[in-house]
Amino acid sequence: MKKLILALVIINLLTACASSKSKHDDEQANLDSSSNSDVVQNDNEANGENAAAIEAQNLADAEAAKAAEEAAAQAALAPQSSVYFPFDVDTIQESDKTIVQAHGAYLSEHAERKARAEGNADERGSSEYNLALGQRRAENTKKALVLSGANTDQVETISYGEERPKETGHDEASWAQNRRVDIVYP
Amino acid sequence: MLRLCSLIILLCMALPARAVLDIEVTGAGEHQTPIAIIPFDGENLMEQHISEVIKSDLLRTGLFKLIDPEGKAPHETKDVNYADWPNTETLTIGQVTQLTNGRIEVRFRLLDTVTETELLAQAVSSNQSQTRAIAHHIADSIYAKLTGSPGVFSTRIAYVNRLGALNRLVVADSDGYGEHVLLEQKQPIMSPAWSPHGKSLAYVSFEQGRAMVYSQSLKTQKRILLASFPGSNSAPAWSPDGRQLAIVLTHEGSSQIYLINKDGSNLRRISFSESIDTEPTFSPDGSFLLFTSDRGGSAQIYRMSVNGGYAERLTFEGTNNFSPRFSPDGKSFVFAQFKGGRFYIAVQDFSSKQVQILTPGGWEKKPSFAPNGKLILFATEILGRGILATVSSDGRVKQRMTPQKGDIREPTWGPFVKQ
Repeated sequence: MKKLILALVIINLLTACASSKSKHDDEQANLDSSSNSDVVQNDNEANGENAAAIEAQNLADAEAAKAAEEAAAQAALAPQSSVYFPFDVDTIQESDKTIVQAHGAYLSEHAERKARAEGNADERGSSEYNLALGQRRAENTKKALVLSGANTDQVETISYGEERPKETGHDEASWAQNRRVDIVYP
Repeated sequence: MLRLCSLIILLCMALPARAVLDIEVTGAGEHQTPIAIIPFDGENLMEQHISEVIKSDLLRTGLFKLIDPEGKAPHETKDVNYADWPNTETLTIGQVTQLTNGRIEVRFRLLDTVTETELLAQAVSSNQSQTRAIAHHIADSIYAKLTGSPGVFSTRIAYVNRLGALNRLVVADSDGYGEHVLLEQKQPIMSPAWSPHGKSLAYVSFEQGRAMVYSQSLKTQKRILLASFPGSNSAPAWSPDGRQLAIVLTHEGSSQIYLINKDGSNLRRISFSESIDTEPTFSPDGSFLLFTSDRGGSAQIYRMSVNGGYAERLTFEGTNNFSPRFSPDGKSFVFAQFKGGRFYIAVQDFSSKQVQILTPGGWEKKPSFAPNGKLILFATEILGRGILATVSSDGRVKQRMTPQKGDIREPTWGPFVKQ
């Protein structure tokens, strides 16, 4: 899933780059046309059509610019979309506060985006207790996102407990990877 | 929401009767009754040899010592010469007769070779395809007569089998035969729970993206979505009268315990803490619940009235205690204790508060009593594979039940089923 997001982000970035190149060309074209304003004004209908076409192009450019900016913002967040927890702990750790703030700020600036906090736990409990622990980790992550600017309606919380472990070893290296909340943008 | 094709419900297929669980028994009861079981006359004509099934059943309890008949083969009481049997105390003989319409009749006798008396004389008839069921019924009768407790050879268990990316919810005989898959999907399945008369199974499925509680009829395969509130819906447990379930919901904050009618109506919240309250289970008389809570700072087991209110902490040993289940007589409860980095299965007596650890320790989780209170089923691991195991309630006899394929988890023992 993470690879898919990363791939989409990269595609968006590439598209954005392509758009900004053509935007630059159009800006140049606009400058050229305004310096020849006498010639252009002689033909009103042609001017009207050109103006409409230029406006449409400007709108498209603005949207492409916005998409590029969003893609850049998400690219900045994508590699850091998980927060981790010590054993049997569900509070956000100091070391993860920057990541959470970044996502919270992003959501605050993009009120239409929705995120999901997916909680997990390591296997050292019963499956039901671990489901509850994962849920509480997800809830605390949501609270921190809201404190950082997200709207409560923007964030859903779910838990997978110990049911979808990232690592399956009976050792701390695996357990540490599983004590985690993933912030995803479905 | 788009339901992916990964959800497949398999109906009860006519599976060939083969062992899907490899069973290994260690230990012995305090007393082992010697019993000789002679192959029944006519049993070779059946695919399943009745005397073999009876022997496996009795052997697995650790309470019987099987005596070799050494070629002697009486089939009726009048053919038994008691002087031929000095090495045993009891003797089982029988006959299988094929009737019309694919039915068979099985007559058997349980004899006391010491007092030279007939302890049991029964005739059972059924469809030929029910040979194993008949054998289990006979084993139950022998067990009950000789130990004083009802046998559980005719009961069933439920569990989750994980093989590769697939999860299967399975119901099977208590010896692993007759596997019946209720649900097969890529998304996780948890917490199967038997209704009191064994007719339905409630469970947690993630098929819609998060934990929701379903209740499925074993006869019709029809199921209802019992709880799909925002957040996680989990830990179903049936009340002894079968009218309602306890479940755990997170839609009002942290994981809390609720009661809900079996049709999904009349939701009532009964725990009111800001901690994790989960794994509710009803007492046999329906008036109390045991549950796991970390309200005291760590996961421990508490007891509370089914009406809610004050919760008494019951466990004080080890680091954490999880997954409580009452014994059928209500006098004790079994649970999983986490201590020194390992999980153990333990039993605690309510009145004496004494704790008895029954297993050597490892990844031993999710214990449940057999309905006669004599055996405890739980999940464990051997060489990295999830398997089932049982331990007798006195800790003396142990069974390992290894699946041929996949890992097993979340086991639960079903109730007695009225014939």
